[in-house]
Amino acid sequence: MASKAKKAPFDAVKTLEHIEQQFEMVQILNEQGEVVNEDLMPDLSDDQLQELMRRMVYTRILDQRSISLNRQGRLGFYAPTAGQEASQIASHFALEQADWILPGYRDVPQLIWHGLPLTQAFLFSRGHFKGNQAAKDLNVLSPQIIIGAQYIQTAGVALGLKKRGKEAVAVTYTGDGGSSQGDFYEGINFAGAFKAPAIFFVQNNQFAISTPREKQTAATTIAQKAVAAGIPGILVDGMDPLAVYVATSDARKRAIAGEGPTLIETLCFRYGPHTMAGDDPTRYRSSEMETEWEKKDPLVRFRKFLEAKGLWSEEKENEVIEQAKEDIKQAIKEADATPKQKVTDLMEIMYEEMPYNLKEQYEIFKEKESK
Amino acid sequence: MAQMTMIQAITDALRTELRNDENVLVFGEDVGVNGGVFRATEGLQKEFGEDRVFDTPLAESGIGGLAVGLGLEGFRPVPEIQFFGFVFEVIDSVNAQLARMRYRSGGVYNAPVTIRSPFGGGVHTPELHADSLELLVTSQPGLKVVIPSTPYDAKGLLIAAIRDNDPVVFLEHMKLYRSFRQEVPEEEYTIELGKADVKREGTDLTIVTYGAMVHESLKAAEELEKEGHSVEVIDLRTIQPLDIETIIASVEKTNRAIVVQEAQKQAGIAANVVAEIMDRAVLSLEAPVLRVAAPDTVFPFSQAETVWLPNYTDVIETAKKVLNF
Repeated sequence: MASKAKKAPFDAVKTLEHIEQQFEMVQILNEQGEVVNEDLMPDLSDDQLQELMRRMVYTRILDQRSISLNRQGRLGFYAPTAGQEASQIASHFALEQADWILPGYRDVPQLIWHGLPLTQAFLFSRGHFKGNQAAKDLNVLSPQIIIGAQYIQTAGVALGLKKRGKEAVAVTYTGDGGSSQGDFYEGINFAGAFKAPAIFFVQNNQFAISTPREKQTAATTIAQKAVAAGIPGILVDGMDPLAVYVATSDARKRAIAGEGPTLIETLCFRYGPHTMAGDDPTRYRSSEMETEWEKKDPLVRFRKFLEAKGLWSEEKENEVIEQAKEDIKQAIKEADATPKQKVTDLMEIMYEEMPYNLKEQYEIFKEKESK
Repeated sequence: MAQMTMIQAITDALRTELRNDENVLVFGEDVGVNGGVFRATEGLQKEFGEDRVFDTPLAESGIGGLAVGLGLEGFRPVPEIQFFGFVFEVIDSVNAQLARMRYRSGGVYNAPVTIRSPFGGGVHTPELHADSLELLVTSQPGLKVVIPSTPYDAKGLLIAAIRDNDPVVFLEHMKLYRSFRQEVPEEEYTIELGKADVKREGTDLTIVTYGAMVHESLKAAEELEKEGHSVEVIDLRTIQPLDIETIIASVEKTNRAIVVQEAQKQAGIAANVVAEIMDRAVLSLEAPVLRVAAPDTVFPFSQAETVWLPNYTDVIETAKKVLNF
């Protein structure tokens, strides 16, 4: 007969608490734009601080214009980014040109700041293959559609960088929903096992389409999932550009030094819908929740921080807004002028050389397209 | 020239390409110290080091993603999927990522990856090891799919696959690994992908086949010869794309054809070959084109596989229906 155990074999609650306690949110600027963690202040020049703000403002305008262009039917697939500027732009700000970016479908701004022309971003949205045709030395992939696939690919690119002895890292982005996907675990585990220079970014914007983070996982943080892979994980205020910048540059430094990958979770919020294809956030989010998160706006708090230092003004902001609007207008014009893609264009890039079946079908479509 | 089994020829091909191009990387589960569960990578880690030939964590999807990423960094990855029945775990990397790399990047990136994997029945493996799942990859544009039937072909085709800039799925039939030896040149050579091999010439009937069924078909052809039927046997070698010219030229000569595959009848390589013959050579035909295939069940538990798998007597029976039509 089995004897009754006097004691549980381990303290489940304590074990979990012990893990969770290690993942306190890193913050440098509070919601009023005040420095709350002087020790972590990054070593950025006044020019760099202004440039970071410039990029965030520009990106917000790009988001607003993209939404309106989408509503006018002048863009196609679009996933809004407002609210995530600190996560997207400040993390990218910590990267170098040689670094690889493997983005998720919402991570077009990072591609643009890495060097993808706006026109191409618009062509991607319109479903034109020229939008995916980034210059080879740009080291970016097209936004990934399969959630999580970019995680395992990042482990591969990072291992490649290590094998080549390059001073560069591979950075990938997904949302909180992506951290439920099997490839997320395989990616961080592979990169950890190979000590590959990778940075895995989870922008926890609270909802995977409509499913709240609490329903994604029993884990209190996504950052703590790094523990299982044996790599460092860090939880960051994703509405605080300075905190995101510091976390990313620290992860990059360690990756370059051969210390392996890092998982970064940024707590943030997307103000808009999941995509412009019919998602209605009022079905799953309360207006109170939205108001609460809007108080944390990365632009507002960084503006306050810069204004207090005499580094930002309404005039400067308006200049950026005007510049963004002008660039967008120009890029849309260029996108409009791009010749329509043909099925035969696509047939030509399928394989290096067309097999017999495509060759035959090519002739048929060439004829069809000439009419 | 050396007498080699198919597995030795495969190792030889991998060694040749590891020597030729420092961008070639061999990795997968147990391919390093252990030399692979079938010893296909035997001795390679010792010769080329852990940087070039390495074990991965046990996760097929991770292996596929690693191959995509390494390909982007200019390497020529040759990952091994331990058994092709495990392909479901990595099918996104193969069909949705590698196959589309050129297409979705507008031709900027290619995916010079060769995925090797054993498959095939007749050796009494547990579930999801032996299944003929080639349809999963032949139905995906962007991939090339190769299935060698001899040691000589295996070496030449594998070297060609590794040098190809498009992704190639290279499937190795387990039963053929050690079933016979053949003269295989020690020096390097390639066999062009997409080219079939006329294994035996004949005038009365064409048998189109691939993999282990090549040997069943050749045996059937010998038996039929004794009864006065001259049978041509075509080994496809590459099942995507097909060598349509060789198939059609043969059918136009013999006017009769059957297609033999180990996969279930509803899994469509044979169906595709039949459709191509109907499209291109229907007026040459003097009989319907019939198929020899496994029944449309899941691959059977091992005690039943000998009966389940098509064999040379099935080929003879179907051939006679067509010959006597």
